[in-house]
Amino acid sequence: MSSKTLTRLDLTEAVYREVGLSRNESAQLVESVLDMISDALVRGESVKISSFGTFTVRSKNRRIGRNPKTGEEVPIEPRRVLVFRASHILKDKVNQGV
Amino acid sequence: MIKSELIQKIAENNPHLYHSDVERIVSTIFDEITRALARGERVELRGFGAFSVKRREARIGRNPRTGEPVAVEEKRVPFFKTGKLLRERLNATPLSE
Repeated sequence: MSSKTLTRLDLTEAVYREVGLSRNESAQLVESVLDMISDALVRGESVKISSFGTFTVRSKNRRIGRNPKTGEEVPIEPRRVLVFRASHILKDKVNQGV
Repeated sequence: MIKSELIQKIAENNPHLYHSDVERIVSTIFDEITRALARGERVELRGFGAFSVKRREARIGRNPRTGEPVAVEEKRVPFFKTGKLLRERLNATPLSE
């Protein structure tokens, strides 16, 4: 939709303004939050952040896919995918543009 | 893992920080992402994933109980796409069927 994209830098800046740690330490904390969430997901755990949403890992079975260009059948091996389900609070805020 | 457990772990790894500061740090991160999405902006966290907003067109829905048609307004919904590194990490160990 909008062309603007936030990155780690913007999150770091927000933490820096809010808590008054150095920018360097703020950056490390942003990173460790993302790492903790990733590690839990890799262990197969769900991660639930109240009023934000839930990250869940789902296992997919092997299935036969098709190369859309050539029509050739290709097996898609069993794999784990990450699903994010936004909380109602987040959905409402996004929908209202609050 | 829930938010309070995430805060607890970060606090344990950073004994020099007050627990209340760690709570604010974690909340600030998710609040900032929420505010960006509410403005219709994207949040791209390389290796982890990207949050964006998708538009759903107005449509004619149906009351599943009565079958009666209902107008559903256009809406915006949050969307998350897993980053390449995290997707690879999730599948680093081959799954046994």
